[in-house]
Amino acid sequence: MSQFTAVQNFSRRDVLKLFGVAGGGLALGASGVSWSPMALAQQGTSESRLNLFIAIGEDNQVYLTCHRSEMGQGIRTGIPQVLADELGAKWDNVVVVQGLADERYGSQNTDGSRSIRRGFDKMREMGAMARTMLEQAGAERLKVPASELSCIDNEVVHSVSGRRLSFGELALAAAALPLPDPASLTLKSAGQYTHIGKSHGIVDMEDILTGQAEFGYDVQLDGMLYASITRPPVAGSVLNHLDDTLARATAGVVDVITLPVPIGAPSFQPLGGVAVVATNSWSAIEGRKQLSIRWGKSPNDAHDSQQYLAELSERVKQPGKVVRQQGPVNTDWPKEQTISALYTVPYLAHAMMEPPTATARMTADGVELWASTQTPQSAQQTVANALGLKVEQVIIHVTLLGGGFGRKSKPDFCVEAALLAKQTGKPVKVSWSREDELQNGYLHAISAQYFKGKVGADGVEAILQRSGFPSISSTFNASVDEPSASELDMGFVDVPLSINSLRCESVKAQAHTRIGWLRSVCNIQHGFGIGSFVDELAHKRGLPTVQMWRELLGSDRHETFENQGFTYGNYGDSLSRHPVDTARFKGVIDAVEQAMARQPKPTSGQGWGFAVHRSFTAFVATATLVEVTDNKLKVLKSIIAIDAGTLVNPDRVRSQLEGAVMFGLTLALMGQISFKAGRVEQSNFHDYPLLRMSQCPDIETIIIASDAVPAGVGEPGVPPVAPSVVNAIFAATGKRIRQLPINAHMSV
Amino acid sequence: MSKNSLGLKINGKDYTLDADPNMPVLWAIRDIVGLTGTKFGCGAGLCGACTVHVDGQPQRACLTSLKQVQGKQVTTIEGLTFEPLKRAWREHNVPQCGYCQAGQLMSAAALLTQTAQPTERQIDEAMAGNLCRCGTYTRIKAAIQTASGQKVSQTDARSESEQEAQA
Repeated sequence: MSQFTAVQNFSRRDVLKLFGVAGGGLALGASGVSWSPMALAQQGTSESRLNLFIAIGEDNQVYLTCHRSEMGQGIRTGIPQVLADELGAKWDNVVVVQGLADERYGSQNTDGSRSIRRGFDKMREMGAMARTMLEQAGAERLKVPASELSCIDNEVVHSVSGRRLSFGELALAAAALPLPDPASLTLKSAGQYTHIGKSHGIVDMEDILTGQAEFGYDVQLDGMLYASITRPPVAGSVLNHLDDTLARATAGVVDVITLPVPIGAPSFQPLGGVAVVATNSWSAIEGRKQLSIRWGKSPNDAHDSQQYLAELSERVKQPGKVVRQQGPVNTDWPKEQTISALYTVPYLAHAMMEPPTATARMTADGVELWASTQTPQSAQQTVANALGLKVEQVIIHVTLLGGGFGRKSKPDFCVEAALLAKQTGKPVKVSWSREDELQNGYLHAISAQYFKGKVGADGVEAILQRSGFPSISSTFNASVDEPSASELDMGFVDVPLSINSLRCESVKAQAHTRIGWLRSVCNIQHGFGIGSFVDELAHKRGLPTVQMWRELLGSDRHETFENQGFTYGNYGDSLSRHPVDTARFKGVIDAVEQAMARQPKPTSGQGWGFAVHRSFTAFVATATLVEVTDNKLKVLKSIIAIDAGTLVNPDRVRSQLEGAVMFGLTLALMGQISFKAGRVEQSNFHDYPLLRMSQCPDIETIIIASDAVPAGVGEPGVPPVAPSVVNAIFAATGKRIRQLPINAHMSV
Repeated sequence: MSKNSLGLKINGKDYTLDADPNMPVLWAIRDIVGLTGTKFGCGAGLCGACTVHVDGQPQRACLTSLKQVQGKQVTTIEGLTFEPLKRAWREHNVPQCGYCQAGQLMSAAALLTQTAQPTERQIDEAMAGNLCRCGTYTRIKAAIQTASGQKVSQTDARSESEQEAQA
């Protein structure tokens, strides 16, 4: 075990030992959703379970807890940076501790691009709380007013006299002090930041370079068994017949176990199926190949994604449910002034490099799991339900995640491991194969969108847009057969278009497989739709696309969508704190336009495409340069600009933008999961390809300097990429691609 | 399990494994030897996450059986000593999630051992078999160029960061 997963739930007397701190020290935690901090030393009962954000050892090491999951976004570096900043800690002295699942952290669900967006102020408060206690302890030691002290580089400094005491020297005394009133805390201003805004290298670098980084797949426990599971190939089909004779005869196979059939909506339940349990991974895989299984009938046996998409494409051309109406209803669509378009995006899979995996072992008190999960608390709750345990009897250790992208927000694989550990009485690791991951996942929804625009002499007068896709809500409530409001909030109803008449409608769409979150979620299809259609409007208007966007966005304002028939969710944040600000749209548009202007003029067969999108409260504009030769596409250059307010680690923001470009290019160029007879047709990277280095363009990232509150970063870069590529292909060739993926139309 | 005593040399150390000679090296070194730095990604030689060196040559451990490496030297990420490459990786802050990086480093090390100053095209070709879903390709390429003493040929995130700082 590497150190960050080794931290257990602890009692007060154990905590310093667990942190490897011999003498003692200050420790702070956050309690419950209110985040009111508590000092460990203040706890009366020695058995109280706590997890800490900050602990300081007498050795002057600063132990900072990351309570959210690291999946490549850099959060194990980012959260400690925020804590360390207010604390005045020296970065070299920081040791990062990974938090267990515990409700006292507040939500640990690492999705929705919200770790920093939601946690920034709270983490600063935690840091300031500890700093204040250290200063108070220093004041008593030095016999000076605390107001004359400051925390700099792991020392409490009295600048008047030049005296200084290390955090380690003061840790014990600080821990004995009463907690400061949160209202009395003074947080730093932006100009005083020491770690926020600095591009610290990722904290797990050395472990990655030496093969010591521990991912879920890497967990090894004494006496552990390895499980490989064949799950139903069609959603809703159940095991009809099993002959496991040959599987049991396979060398190394210990047992073959039939898993329970899920009841009702899929939710986070395992899919059922048959687990082959063996002494090593290979024996489990080989044994599984020997299973003879017949599956029963399912209502989804006839699901054919091509046919489904054809039907959905017809449905979005018919009136649907009105979900936003701005201005009067437009009934006059003169043929010469009207353009219309249909856009479709297929099902998509996550294809994170590490497939889902979890390891479980039964304990005297319950069960303990190690998992690459984005959502330790849901894993804890779901495992508790499945095993008939109380939540506090389930311990969840979060390992590093080999990518997540939303798949690991569903803890079904954790439940599989727990069920098998219980049944075998041994520690069990469940490892999904690549085929499992692609064929039994929670897919991004297949979708169709219809757009109609009326273009007058002075501008666009009316837009009608419709969206249809099976809803994520259907995964939790089987009766849901239409997009939910929160899904339509993602890039469909929330585009601030300053036009006389804007009507948004949704249409029904039945689910035939588990639908889930994928990086940027419904912004994928909605960003593709509006990003493409504005380019088409620009062509009709005879304007550059950037200019068309400026015209559509209209005056600088904060759009509130009042009296338009819906309440905008704004990713769970208030519109006053995270406004839909048309000026910030224009800020990223301007930045990308200027960067494009610095590039050489495109040659014959080349073209630039542009798109802009707001999601997770951040603003992103993208321009892509492509070259099309003999119907073969080459993406040459990507420029991407973000305005995400205050940034904790600019380099990790840039890396997220680079990754978003490649994620967006992968889905635009090659992303497609298809179904025939209810089954996924793809099985591995040969037929569900990811972008390779040779396909990767030069990428220029632009950060808009801002002291606005932090917005999301992990997801917002993805949505504008796909439309910018098809717009670029149109500019290069005159060919308009409206049905993704692009490799259905040209080679990539 | 068939009882076969197999000798295996990993990172210069001799191991005797009681394992089926057909077992892929990937599972033997992970599950039996306990070296988990080499990753599973696809099991079909399509992603490069399990790349190791066999007698210095990059190979996919998921498709290489124990019997194929009898009498040969296997090097994994745990045994990789190529400090200029690691230094460049740090300098460019390359990894995101980190999962594919062992395979990337093993492929990059093999490339630089054979070609001290690879062209951009040679880098693309040598690294074509290593997938990264997070999207670290531009930084991997830059790190390989830096490690080989060459100028970074594409837009460099480091210089962008400097521009930001100066602005």
